Amino acid sequence: MDMKRRKFLKIAGLSTIAGIGAPAAFERLLNGEVPTISHASSQSESHSESEKPTGKRYGMLINLKTFREHQGMAEKCVKACHTVHNVPDFQNPKDEIKWIWETPYENAFTSKSHYYKNEEVHNNDALVLCNHCDNPPCVRACPTKATFRRDDGIVAMDYHRCIGCRFCMAACPFGARSFNWRNPRGKDEKSGRYFIDRATYNKEFPTRMRGVVEKCNFCVERLAKGLQPACVEATGHTKALIFGDLNDTNSEIRRTLSSNFTIQRKPEAGTLPSIFYIL
Amino acid sequence: MIEKALVGNSNYKKWITFLLVIMGIGAICYVRQFTYGLGLTGMSRDVSWGVYIAQFTFLVGVAAGGVMVALPYYIHNYKVFGKITILGEFLAVSSVCMCLMFIIADLGQPMRALNVLLFPTPNSMLFWDMIVLNGYLFLNILIGWVVLTSERKEVAPPAWIKPFIYLSIPWAISIHTVTAFLYAGLPGRHFWLTAIMAPRFLASAFAAGPALLIIVCMILKRFANFDAGKEAIQKLVTIVAYAALVNMFFLCMEFFTAYYSNIPGHMHTLEYLYFGLHGHNQLVPWMNLSVILPVIGIAMLLTPSLRIKESTMTIGCILIFVGFWLDKGIGLVLGGFVPNPLEEITAYHPTFNEIAITIAVWATGFFILTILYKLALGVHTELHGEDVIT
Repeated sequence: MDMKRRKFLKIAGLSTIAGIGAPAAFERLLNGEVPTISHASSQSESHSESEKPTGKRYGMLINLKTFREHQGMAEKCVKACHTVHNVPDFQNPKDEIKWIWETPYENAFTSKSHYYKNEEVHNNDALVLCNHCDNPPCVRACPTKATFRRDDGIVAMDYHRCIGCRFCMAACPFGARSFNWRNPRGKDEKSGRYFIDRATYNKEFPTRMRGVVEKCNFCVERLAKGLQPACVEATGHTKALIFGDLNDTNSEIRRTLSSNFTIQRKPEAGTLPSIFYIL
Repeated sequence: MIEKALVGNSNYKKWITFLLVIMGIGAICYVRQFTYGLGLTGMSRDVSWGVYIAQFTFLVGVAAGGVMVALPYYIHNYKVFGKITILGEFLAVSSVCMCLMFIIADLGQPMRALNVLLFPTPNSMLFWDMIVLNGYLFLNILIGWVVLTSERKEVAPPAWIKPFIYLSIPWAISIHTVTAFLYAGLPGRHFWLTAIMAPRFLASAFAAGPALLIIVCMILKRFANFDAGKEAIQKLVTIVAYAALVNMFFLCMEFFTAYYSNIPGHMHTLEYLYFGLHGHNQLVPWMNLSVILPVIGIAMLLTPSLRIKESTMTIGCILIFVGFWLDKGIGLVLGGFVPNPLEEITAYHPTFNEIAITIAVWATGFFILTILYKLALGVHTELHGEDVIT
């Protein structure tokens, strides 16, 4: 008797739950209070749009038009950066370390159509560097938090914590990271040439050691002193590079972004880069 | 028990000496790499992982493959696997040891390896891989040791070991799943960005692991007078054949998705690996072999007359093992870096030093395997009084 009653109660309970739940679920499916049309863009999940931005988020706008008008300026940017940061020059592609460099348009913007090219755009190189993504895959991959995203949006490195597993290099969709395959403080055995040029060695910025990853740090050490990033400084008053706070609606970068058509590298990867380009 | 490893016949001593010599050469090469840096390898900023990480990935599979013996024996009480279950567990132990050594060999700053524990980072798949691999190593040493000790004392294994045994089964799946997640969750690496990465890893693991076990059993039968039993081997052969078949099926899925969708990024690496991309075809012969060998192997293992015959059956297993090693121990990891995120093609050629270290890690794995098997077979002989030569 008891057993039957218990069983009955069980069934009754379950049916009640199903009775209440099912119509609600069907109603949702059939009538739908959810809008029928919506859009899912690669940008829609961004911090910047869904949340009200707080604090700073540094970004950079690269005007390739201006660079085309000032041939040779991009090299100056690269040189300025690599000198300020004591980036070693091994003079071979296998050990190469680069923070910012020039690359053909097609390599910088891999998913843009290459039909009926605009010769001017396609025949000139683009400057590429770490995108300081809002949602950086390298930070996600790092097993020791040696690479991390600062509150101001800069993706930085702790060279003393990095174990050199290079997971961040596999994770970065922009190929922005380099590894110290050998001692950057050393010199070439044959020629005696130091990998970091002694004449331009910057005592203000630490050299790295063998076995760690490094990349562009948006000149965080210069920003702390109120200076512009070295590459921006190298462009003088040309406005080829505009650096600033993306969260500040009155900043020069935001004003330029809202009045120009700009593109980003690989927006489809959903990493929300902080670097913008004018072609 | 460990004293059993210290005595053996001349074949055993020769084999151990051979392994020790290779390990010694590898140790010297590692010291060179340690003092110079990873620049002594063929890796570059574009192909930033090489044979070390590729071997690691393949060997995680071999380790996970041991579960194909443990599961039928412990869960389904499949007594036929009784003699080889301990061998499967010890194979897992030596494989995981090799995995850990390959990771250490690949680190730019190996002295900082413990930073992974000091600064635990749950959002990193490498952190989880460290947990599952070390956990699996611990489980297999514990289970293997307790079961072997009980066998020696001729008592049933204690009840407390049961939960560990049951835990080790899903744990084996987890090691290869998490290892697949190292690759499958990276944006911008089209070749790796596939949902069937983990299933494919598991399928190849369940073929390569038991295939190696069969090969080792055949060696033991010849040199150590240890017979795993015809039924056990035949059952393993069936597992190998079907798991290998599933792996090949998954490979076809990858080709279909890439080529029917016609998305360039998805086709690039397959093109590079199997047909050559813009004249870069250094891996093409290897990758072709990685398809041909397993296909022949599977056909051999599924043909009754060839499967029954020990010699042809062993050859079939070797073909599958070598084929899957080429696929995962070379193609999978290197392919992911070609083309690089800027669609540049950089060739990777492992150096002598790198290859010597790689071979030495394998030798160390076989050294551990030999010692563990010596103990296991020693206990076996002690009880059953068989004349074990080795």
